[in-house]
Amino acid sequence: MIPFFKEFKQQATRLTHDLRHRGLIQTALKKYEISRDAKKSRFQSWETARQAAAETKWEAINHLDKYLVEFAQKLEARGTHVHWASTAEQARDIIVKIVRDKKARSIIKSKAMTAEEIHLNDALEHAGFEVVESDLGEYIVQLRHEAPYHIVFPAMHLTRGEISALFQRELGSAPTDNPEELTMIARRALRGKYIAADIGITGVNFAIAETGMISITENEGNARLTAALPKTMISLLGIEKVLPRLEDLALFLPMLATAGAGQALTGYNTMYGGPRQPGECDGPEEFHVVLLDNKRTHLLADAEQRDALHCIRCGACLNVCPIYKNVGGHTYGTTYQGPIGSVITPHLRGLQDWKHLSSASSLCGACTETCPVKINLHHHLLQNRRNAMAEKPVWWEKLAFKGFAFVVNRPRLYDLGKKLARIGQAFHPLIKGTAFDPARSWTQTRELPELAPQSFHELWKERK
Amino acid sequence: MSEREAILSRIREALKVSAPHPGAHDHNEPPAGDLRNFSKWLPAVGASQAEQIALFRANSTELRTDFRLIDSMSHMVSEIASISGKENWQKIARHRGALIDDALSMLDLPSITTDDGYDVNALESSDAGITECDALIAQTGTVLVTSRSAGGRALSVLPPHHVVIARRDQLLPDLPSAFALLKKKYADSYPSMISLITGPSRTGDIERILVLGAHGPKKLTVLCY
Amino acid sequence: MKVTLFIPCFVDACYPKVGLSIVQILERLGHTIDFPEELACCGQPAFNSGYWDEARAVALPVLNRLRDSEAVVIASGSCGAMIKVFYKELFEKTEHTQAANELSSKCYEFSDFLVNKLGVTDLGARFPHKVTIHDGCHGLRELGTGKEPPRKLLASVRDLELIEMSEAETCCGFGGTFAAKFPMISTAMGEVKCASALETRADYIVSNDSSCLMHIQGLADRQGKPIRTIHLAEILAES
Repeated sequence: MIPFFKEFKQQATRLTHDLRHRGLIQTALKKYEISRDAKKSRFQSWETARQAAAETKWEAINHLDKYLVEFAQKLEARGTHVHWASTAEQARDIIVKIVRDKKARSIIKSKAMTAEEIHLNDALEHAGFEVVESDLGEYIVQLRHEAPYHIVFPAMHLTRGEISALFQRELGSAPTDNPEELTMIARRALRGKYIAADIGITGVNFAIAETGMISITENEGNARLTAALPKTMISLLGIEKVLPRLEDLALFLPMLATAGAGQALTGYNTMYGGPRQPGECDGPEEFHVVLLDNKRTHLLADAEQRDALHCIRCGACLNVCPIYKNVGGHTYGTTYQGPIGSVITPHLRGLQDWKHLSSASSLCGACTETCPVKINLHHHLLQNRRNAMAEKPVWWEKLAFKGFAFVVNRPRLYDLGKKLARIGQAFHPLIKGTAFDPARSWTQTRELPELAPQSFHELWKERK
Repeated sequence: MSEREAILSRIREALKVSAPHPGAHDHNEPPAGDLRNFSKWLPAVGASQAEQIALFRANSTELRTDFRLIDSMSHMVSEIASISGKENWQKIARHRGALIDDALSMLDLPSITTDDGYDVNALESSDAGITECDALIAQTGTVLVTSRSAGGRALSVLPPHHVVIARRDQLLPDLPSAFALLKKKYADSYPSMISLITGPSRTGDIERILVLGAHGPKKLTVLCY
Repeated sequence: MKVTLFIPCFVDACYPKVGLSIVQILERLGHTIDFPEELACCGQPAFNSGYWDEARAVALPVLNRLRDSEAVVIASGSCGAMIKVFYKELFEKTEHTQAANELSSKCYEFSDFLVNKLGVTDLGARFPHKVTIHDGCHGLRELGTGKEPPRKLLASVRDLELIEMSEAETCCGFGGTFAAKFPMISTAMGEVKCASALETRADYIVSNDSSCLMHIQGLADRQGKPIRTIHLAEILAES
């Protein structure tokens, strides 16, 4: 079995048995559902807004070259350095070089899933630089040497007790189970870091082509501080973050907030169009924007699944996914989790290694229904399965389905199959649940249905 | 070939094949109307100033913003004095501007003015950051600031209390109108930072429990004259 | 009308009463039933596993047999979705594209057929029990049937008390081959469903999808939970 698949199964088995963990996630996500529904209902037409958003992203992605060029040009015109990175390695090298050139002593960072994706913190630490995560959830998982649990709520899996113990251990703070006190501990610890940092690194939610601006969405204000105080600012983004016009944000910002967190609008939505401009009293002297491909063009080339690049990373699909709700974020074992992660990871990291995420779905469709930009998520999971088997079929599975087709297309063989099943049913109790039981994956936890004394076919014949 | 060219050429190659139209997999009829008229799909906003003030008040208060309607400049001055006393301000930070100069004319406290540059530690230890703004957005209870209208990037986010001095005529109904304003006002030369501030700083990262003042201001006061 | 009935293999072998109930209901309404005895599978297992050639081998005879029907009623939401929605993808860019599209417009999940096609909601049924509904995902989302048709039908059943469970719309965890490939996740999802159903203290869980009910009942029986599952058609056929 492929290592990532084995890991996934082990984690899934462990976590689905952890009732406390399941309860924690489901309680958190139930609260989210209630706020989300309340905010959605305030829209005059959420469904029309979804279509408008879908069409805007379609326009952006299907003219990506044009909008990227415009974005870069507008940024460069006002003094920003724009870098293009085809691979994660190139992006890391670009950023490490900037940091080295500046002889940075301390780096403060705001939340960036793209930085997770390229393992930027590891590279910077390896090169001898201290990187501090400023977003509270990211700060917490950084102290725990863990990956973020959810793309929007990195520390969703932790209780206040666990966080208090963590702060006691790492920061020497007094124990407390008061979330406000815990937050203030982090605030105090980080305050000095903002002021001392030479370099601020941020992610990007949207890249506006028309005006050459990046847009950052947050609640805490840590990204605003990261972009205000250090002398050098570096922002990393995937090339798919592009939106055509500034006014598109009027639609996307509230939709991101509603779908992602059940908020009408996130606390701070800030657009940055360059380094400190003449006449401005503060802001970075140097601003670098790093554009990352890292196989996004590969996904772009798959026209059937191209809309997966419309993703605005709101996390709504994770929040409604019954698989996510039962196994949690770490089980996925990769940066992007939940339905969108299952769709894109095969494209970004290899189909054969990551196809199992597409199989680990009951295809309920809740993700597709909720996606604010109408990505056809669960159908893409089916397409990934097809592509994986077309490339490298599992021989015995293929044979079994061929055999099944053979039998099912021949009514006499099908009838024979039913008769044999009846005999099998009589003997089954002897081997049920044991290693010899072919239905073991079902019977481990469930009873098999009983064959009816007469099948529908037999009853139908009798009626006539 | 530069990486830029390599990436762009991969994109162009990929886009030679067209992708399905958005929402093609949907069951429902495609929506009618001008999809780009976002105001029609976003939450509704009343047309009159009175309705918009009421909506701004309701939305911002829900998010723990302290919103106060001010009748006159003398009322503004006394309100600020009252807040200063209640919050026990020792030192404040602000920028220069016609409205804010008037509003702070009677405030006799050590203060930093950020316009010509400032010492970061002095700003950090200020009890309040006082700024003007570009607009108040009724639809979401949002204050729109820029690095040009609000004394730089840090003034409105570093001190623990952000006070906004606004005028009633700065009230806008919704987000589309705010972006239209930005375009009209700054099209040739945008400030390097534009921020939509919706409530004090907050986090839900600990068990999804709301806590204010995570990194940015714990308190946001809007004095609307 | 002459209604063609598609009965998937597990309904045929394990839940024939569901098929019979549908037959009884439609005949009482004055329609004749066309039952293609030679069809047993829609091809979904192979399709969901990614083996679309093998799925086509099973689906093509089904397509050919059903394409000339007046109306096709499918006894299970997931098979219904396969025929109505996914045959179009399966046969895209083949000589059968048009047939698949035409068949799609003639396919109905059972409750959708009664309420939306025939305009019938009252079948004169009586079922004096407390009942909670599980909205099978395929009917709810894939087929676009939604929540209303089953509820409208149940509202007319005499002496039936309907109590909604909080997780009515959440996937039960069956998902076809998913139940066998990822049994631990499938079971956890089933547990959430069962717990929600038990909270309502209903006597029965009803659904329009037998495959969901098979999974929920199997789990409940193993865990000794007092849940009885029943198909919508069986309730509607009760008098």
